[in-house]
Amino acid sequence: MLRFAVRRIGLMVPTLIGLSLLLFFWVRILPGDPARSLLGQRATPEGIERLNELYGFDQPIWKQYVTYVSALARGDFGQSIDLHEPVLDAFIDKLPTTIEVTFVALLLAVAVGIPLGYYAGRHQGGWLDTAIVSTSLLGVVTPVFFLAILLKYVFADQLGLLPTQGRQDARIDVDHPTNFYVLDGLITGEYAAAWDALQHLILPGLALGTIPLAIVVRITRASVSDVVHEDYVRTAEAKGLYAGTINRRHILRNALLPVVTTIGLQLGLLLSGAVLTETVFALDGIGNYLYDAITVRDYPVLQGFILFIALMYSIINLLVDLSYGLIDPRVRVS
Amino acid sequence: MTIAPTATLPPEGPLSPDGPTAESMAGESLWKGAWQRLRRNPMALIGGGIMAVFVFVALFAPLLAPYEPASTEWTELSTPFFVQGSNSEHLLGIDRWGSDMLTQLIFGARQSLIIGVVSTLIGLFAGALLGTLAGGLGGKVDTVIMRFVDILLSIPSLLLAISIAAAMGKSSFALMVAIGAAQIPIFARLLRSTMLSQSRSDYVLAANALGLRRRNIILGHILPNSLGPTIVQATLNLATAIIEVAALSFLGLGEDDPAVAEWGRMIVSGQDRFQIAPWLAFYPGICIAITALGFTLLGEALREALDPKQRR
Repeated sequence: MLRFAVRRIGLMVPTLIGLSLLLFFWVRILPGDPARSLLGQRATPEGIERLNELYGFDQPIWKQYVTYVSALARGDFGQSIDLHEPVLDAFIDKLPTTIEVTFVALLLAVAVGIPLGYYAGRHQGGWLDTAIVSTSLLGVVTPVFFLAILLKYVFADQLGLLPTQGRQDARIDVDHPTNFYVLDGLITGEYAAAWDALQHLILPGLALGTIPLAIVVRITRASVSDVVHEDYVRTAEAKGLYAGTINRRHILRNALLPVVTTIGLQLGLLLSGAVLTETVFALDGIGNYLYDAITVRDYPVLQGFILFIALMYSIINLLVDLSYGLIDPRVRVS
Repeated sequence: MTIAPTATLPPEGPLSPDGPTAESMAGESLWKGAWQRLRRNPMALIGGGIMAVFVFVALFAPLLAPYEPASTEWTELSTPFFVQGSNSEHLLGIDRWGSDMLTQLIFGARQSLIIGVVSTLIGLFAGALLGTLAGGLGGKVDTVIMRFVDILLSIPSLLLAISIAAAMGKSSFALMVAIGAAQIPIFARLLRSTMLSQSRSDYVLAANALGLRRRNIILGHILPNSLGPTIVQATLNLATAIIEVAALSFLGLGEDDPAVAEWGRMIVSGQDRFQIAPWLAFYPGICIAITALGFTLLGEALREALDPKQRR
């Protein structure tokens, strides 16, 4: 297991080096002079000179890369041109919002998706299976932001059941020690505030979680229907084991392996979907910040945030692979 | 491994009369069998139908649209206080900018088709080239290409598309390249793995034994036999591409020319009048979903038709 983990982590190193190279050259293929394009419309001769000095754009290219990487190693991910704050600080500041929404979305996908997919896989061809499969197809093809707008219109604007935007009612004034609003409310004992924050998460979470939900349903269904036909299931049946034991230990446990991988991959979708959902619901997370950066072409923010998101995504997939080793003994051996 | 149901157990589905053995014996019967299965599959019929309507509308947009595209002669019918809904003159009402909604939707189909197809082709060709080189040549070439693909895959595809589109500026061309490039790793990986599994099959061994040149084996034998999953993926990616075009437009990275009708941008522009006229966003959203549904259904049906194992 340890050797597997070490090898898997070792594989990440070239990917990360490659990623830094890719993002380094990305700034250089931007049209025009790199300092000018980093500064965009606000480029002044002094600004360009300052950036040239900072990033060494007038130096040979390999020297520039060394400067860039050593800056990264020091934790200097550049400055936002628009808001004049360090990119890393902005990212850390906005991350809790995105994690909250992503968590709700993922919870929805897993808690609803696996049981539905399991049921559909065990009862293939039945009317409920057909209904589940068709609905999950609709979930896959509906654009996230369109779904977000629809949900907001129906449940917030028309029915008035849930808040339309933001993280918390502006009239609620409580402390935020962790910046995770629901958690903050629970820690400080302000349960009303926690409940309010949770309500603000429902619609964005629903909009963001629908596609992963649909995908989890489909993968679980396909995987369960594959496993059901395995020899060991038939053997278990022939031995006269309880149906519950077979379902839990023989079918579900084996069928969940591909589902775990899928969930890891969905996190990439969730992180990029956050750009779309957070914009619609005016949530102050990394997605919305990235959206603003796109609008004003704030390239250092774009470069930094994409690096962070890719890093998070790689780490998550690493964890998924490692957990895979824990669940499936075959992975450890090979 | 799936084992066919034995006689002692009731079969779960129809036993395939033309199983994998019959298909691997003659090259063309794979496609023939697939076509026959496809014709019997209701999913394929619905998906194919939607796709046919979509392509027809996109191709003949100027003939089908009731008005000239992007003519804003009804601006007084779209104000912050009132937006004309459907009536006898405007079947689906007026859009945000005072054009006929139906006309804009019809021309939007054209934009979606062009960008969707071109971007998927970019992804397909570049990905297929990388995948074929990696899977066919193996060794160091394989390692280098797959490392590169891994790096691309470490960035979620929509973000990859966003960063490319943001670097290239607002145009349809930028959209195509951005969305296409984001698809390259998917195709490269898929084609490589299919080719690797194909290269271990008996017909490759036979071709090797006959002394065929390696290039001929790769291009003439392995590649054609690996195309099935790639075609399936391309159909499914068309659906994703159409959704991603809309998403990039939503983020303000789409076509800059206001005269070009684009579904995603129609949704964004309708947002400020959504309270009084929800259909401004609703119609284009439905168009995107239905088109994506068509390609997804067709892709899934193709996958089932080409893979006898999946038929249950």
